Amino acid sequence: MSLYDVFEYLEQTFIGEAIRTSHWLFPVIEAFHLIGLALLGGCVIVVDLRLLGLGLTKQTIRQVSDKIRPYFLVSLAVMFGTGIPLALSETLKLLYNRSFWVKVTTLAIVLIFTFALKNPLIRSERAPRALMFFIGLASLVMWFTVAGAGRWIGFSS
Amino acid sequence: MRWFAEWLDTHAWSTALHESLFLYPWIESTHVLSLMLFVGTIFIVDFRLLGIAFRDVPVSQVTSRILPWTVFGFVVSVATGLLLFYAIPIRTYHSIWFRIKVVLLVVAAINAWVFHRRVSRRRTYWDSDAKPPVAVRLTALTSVLTWCGVIICGRMIAYNWFDCYKQLPGWLLFLTECAQDPSSP
Repeated sequence: MSLYDVFEYLEQTFIGEAIRTSHWLFPVIEAFHLIGLALLGGCVIVVDLRLLGLGLTKQTIRQVSDKIRPYFLVSLAVMFGTGIPLALSETLKLLYNRSFWVKVTTLAIVLIFTFALKNPLIRSERAPRALMFFIGLASLVMWFTVAGAGRWIGFSS
Repeated sequence: MRWFAEWLDTHAWSTALHESLFLYPWIESTHVLSLMLFVGTIFIVDFRLLGIAFRDVPVSQVTSRILPWTVFGFVVSVATGLLLFYAIPIRTYHSIWFRIKVVLLVVAAINAWVFHRRVSRRRTYWDSDAKPPVAVRLTALTSVLTWCGVIICGRMIAYNWFDCYKQLPGWLLFLTECAQDPSSP
């Protein structure tokens, strides 16, 4: 079974079908994907700014991270909850869309990076400041790459 | 106001920007990504004002440390937004979504003004409250909802359902002033 077969199969889900046949479902879900993006961006930026030594500097990195965490998780849920249906509605187009692959690859990397490296380092409260600075910078670059590549899916046909 | 859109439309740079292969998509993407910084940080500040995030951090600390970044995001959003309008002035001028978006931006601006000028005047009394007074929470809720509305309308501008060349019902013809547009049927 090739990747094409998988994507062709995914193209036929009833969710994708419903979105494809509707005039307004795709735009509306897309709009909520953007609201989720704003929330995700706020969460990521506030924590990463703190890692860079900016923003809420009177709190420790761990304090800022802990307080943002629930909102970050909610924003991820919104992004997946809206993003997956959007993808299911145009699966075969995405298979040949370079921006899509840049987006999902970077997304996978940044999620592993966040949950396996960044968050444990923050919780340990022992990582050197220079390392945390670099982690914050890398996180910002990767999340903005995900968002930018996501927007670019619509430009590259 | 239609004359202004028409005047912008005569600019060679407006057409060049609209038809550019990379510049327009780059400005458009920057506009979208700027909401991560602009609206994103507004959400976080609003959540503090609603008493649901950073409850043990004084409001003044959150606003003084976060809002400068919001302003930075605002500048990027406005600059790129103006360029997007400049690239497609007449269609955008008539867009019902653009018109609702502008109304919501005015609401958001008034709401922000009310918060900073009136509601915040007595901030010393509730600065450290986990849950600020109801007037404060009300402006925060208004802020969250209007910015969500701005995002939704902004996204919808791209769709042509209610463009002037379509058959529009009378009330939409009125709200969009499409009768002034030569492409109107």
